[in-house]
Amino acid sequence: MKDLRPETEAELAAIVRDTSEPLRIRGGGTRPIGVPVNGAPLTTAGLSGIDLYEPGALTLVAKAGTPVAEVETALAAEGQRLAFEPMDPRGLLGTEGEPTIGGVFAANVSGPRRIQCGAARDFLLGVRFVDGRGEVIRNGGRVMKNVTGYDLVKLMAGSYGTLGILTEVALKVLPKTQVTGSLACDGLGDETAIAALCRALGSPFEVTGAAHSQAGPEGAARTVIRIEGTEASVAYRAAELQKVLAAYGEFTIDTDPDSTKATWRAIRDVQPFHGTDGDIWRLSVKPTDAPGLVARIDGAEALYDWGGGLIWLCVPKGTAGQDIRTAIAKTGGHATLIRGTRGGGVFQPLAPPVAALQEGLRKRFDPKGLLNPGLMAQAREAAE
Amino acid sequence: MEMPAPNPDILSKKAELVTRLLDILPADAVISDPAETRAYECDALTAYKCPPLAAVLPSTTQEVSDVLRICHEMGVPVVPRGSGTSLAGGALPTEDSVILGVARLNDVIETDYDNRFIRVQTGRTNLSVTGAVEEDGYFYAPDPSSQLACAIAGNIAMNSGGAHCLKYGVTTNNLLGVTMVLMDGTVIELGGAHLDAEGYDLLGLICGSEGQLGVVTEATLRILHKPEGARPVLIGFDSNEVAGACVSDIIKAGVLPVAIEFMDRPCIRATEDFAKAGYPDCEALLIVEVEGSEAEIDEQLETIMSIARTHDPVELRQSGSAEESAKIWLGRKSAFGAMGNINDYMCLDGTIPVSQLPYVLKRIGEMSKEFGLDVANVFHAGDGNMHPLILFDANKPGDLETCEAFGAKILKLCVEVGGCLTGEHGVGIEKRDLMAHQYGEKDLAMQMAVKDVFDPKWLLNPAKVFPLAASDAHRIAAE
Repeated sequence: MKDLRPETEAELAAIVRDTSEPLRIRGGGTRPIGVPVNGAPLTTAGLSGIDLYEPGALTLVAKAGTPVAEVETALAAEGQRLAFEPMDPRGLLGTEGEPTIGGVFAANVSGPRRIQCGAARDFLLGVRFVDGRGEVIRNGGRVMKNVTGYDLVKLMAGSYGTLGILTEVALKVLPKTQVTGSLACDGLGDETAIAALCRALGSPFEVTGAAHSQAGPEGAARTVIRIEGTEASVAYRAAELQKVLAAYGEFTIDTDPDSTKATWRAIRDVQPFHGTDGDIWRLSVKPTDAPGLVARIDGAEALYDWGGGLIWLCVPKGTAGQDIRTAIAKTGGHATLIRGTRGGGVFQPLAPPVAALQEGLRKRFDPKGLLNPGLMAQAREAAE
Repeated sequence: MEMPAPNPDILSKKAELVTRLLDILPADAVISDPAETRAYECDALTAYKCPPLAAVLPSTTQEVSDVLRICHEMGVPVVPRGSGTSLAGGALPTEDSVILGVARLNDVIETDYDNRFIRVQTGRTNLSVTGAVEEDGYFYAPDPSSQLACAIAGNIAMNSGGAHCLKYGVTTNNLLGVTMVLMDGTVIELGGAHLDAEGYDLLGLICGSEGQLGVVTEATLRILHKPEGARPVLIGFDSNEVAGACVSDIIKAGVLPVAIEFMDRPCIRATEDFAKAGYPDCEALLIVEVEGSEAEIDEQLETIMSIARTHDPVELRQSGSAEESAKIWLGRKSAFGAMGNINDYMCLDGTIPVSQLPYVLKRIGEMSKEFGLDVANVFHAGDGNMHPLILFDANKPGDLETCEAFGAKILKLCVEVGGCLTGEHGVGIEKRDLMAHQYGEKDLAMQMAVKDVFDPKWLLNPAKVFPLAASDAHRIAAE
């Protein structure tokens, strides 16, 4: 079936208002996470373009279907960037197409720098969206601080198009830093590596990335820590961190722009698991719980980001989702199946009263059940 | 300010309510004597007062749950209260409501430096959260100026900010998890010690919901290691436009100061008379603070000063010591006291795009003449969060009303230029009736639909946030 591809917000609202068929909503279609949605495919790619960009106010407003690449190019021209570092999912998920800025926020996608500057949702200042009745709703604005009414902006971030179809996003951007330093140490075990990352993040040296790969670029385990700033500041903090971390291992510093960029892009995009055929899970946990949790799952390979708080897990194809759920139930946190065998549910099951609130919101925002039905819905996932 | 008429049925059930509350709480935790409930008649917006039917001071999440369950069963509205420092009337009672104060919930539950969080009961004050981890080198970043008194519960309800949020974000960016009690007594957990709560971002939704969706009894907060040091530079200009342009250039240059504070001439003069900080007598003054090691601070301040020099400052004063830093901050920190020393004042909180600063300041100056009331501006310039302080005389008939009309006009201006009514204080009752200027009918209806889900009877913190006319249908449907 040919995609519905509205070119304006009004056209999109009319489609939703007039339809009685469910809609399968996508930006660039590069993040097919969750149960398959039965519905007419609708893409926001036709709603594209940057409407406003004020570098001196660190704000940008773009239509939801604007390619991430277009936003990044515009920002780079002014020496700025999306500080929350959204991943490019195509390598991991084997998808094609163009990731959109709306998709990034709909899935609340944040990369390594999340640990220091916040998640995608922390950079989202305002939204416009079409709800399940075809009404255009506005929330938030384009200023940094705003507590005017309820924060539906956060609610929309990470709701995967199940509460409304984003049409416009206003976001906070930040200046690029001059120099990136990457400290690396090879051969550390998971426990030691995570302890070192926690120590670095608990220092005053403003670490902007803290990751550990069980299989680094040369096969051996590699632990990496990122610092960013001016040349003098990076040199100073790298030296201080080397002292602080000496008890865990010898960390060497790399400040080459190309190789540091490659290092952190590999972590952001979960490159160690590209082209593997295992099932991929994404876990968010208390960092010090991470190594023990990974050790409890048979055949698991891990890439730890966010100082250990984010675990990208590759498990043998067909691993029962219940095994992951059982393991994470012991530590707290949540697990999402990103790629592979469903059966243990995709999103983390919620406690009944929280699930009831979520369902209640969904009924209010989308009373006819048109928007990505089944997605993020526990009953549907359990029935699979 | 219009408040809904108290429900006579509820007023008549006071004795039964108090008896039921005494069944589940110790005697000293239930306050029902009208002489004593008066202590809860207002918050920091003292222009509006109304003693509640009763006040309760539970000590545990279970007690909070029991109180809410009883009030829910009896249809009694509940007004949650942190420390009562809201400038927006967020904790103003109604005559037929129970004040639920969290002051006795003030324990530290867990401190975890490896994972960089602290879990506290929410009656704990903002500053005492930092106090609990300070000796070990850590701090809790959001720092509203009432931080000595204000409670974490209120910070979460209002999504409080502070001077340093340019770098560290506001409450919602530093909140990892909560234990919250819904109006029917159900206890829920959202988030935890991990990042990004599962499911919909309900944590983000309840933060800033002004106590209308639930009562938060425990919170997991992100803590950070203190920077090695911090030092400000003071920059004086002979025009607001130039100061505004300098702010924009500093931000564009890629330095991320921890704070950029702005004061205009009326504010500078008032604080000089009051605190004698040695500020230059100029049109606009910026205080820009940066953090790091000594060398890093020097490097950043040099960048900022070289940008400032391109704007021909009338004064450029770099702090070289802790003493000099304190002197630079002295005037800024005394600004509210200085204004209070002159007269009564109303503090506004609109936020505007930074590019609109000069225009908005010019318009506020013109309006000041029009309304015949003085106004001083002191605010967080880096994020456009303005704090115009309008001076009035509470004893002079009509002055408060004139002041409110002036304030409303300033806030509408903030919205017109692309900003919002409130950046960090909240809507409360103060800006409730201006909400229709910020949002359309459907936008407000969507927000109220959220309230319908969390609190179907509309009992929590009634008559706040939404214009009464807009919320009428929801409240009537709930009865």
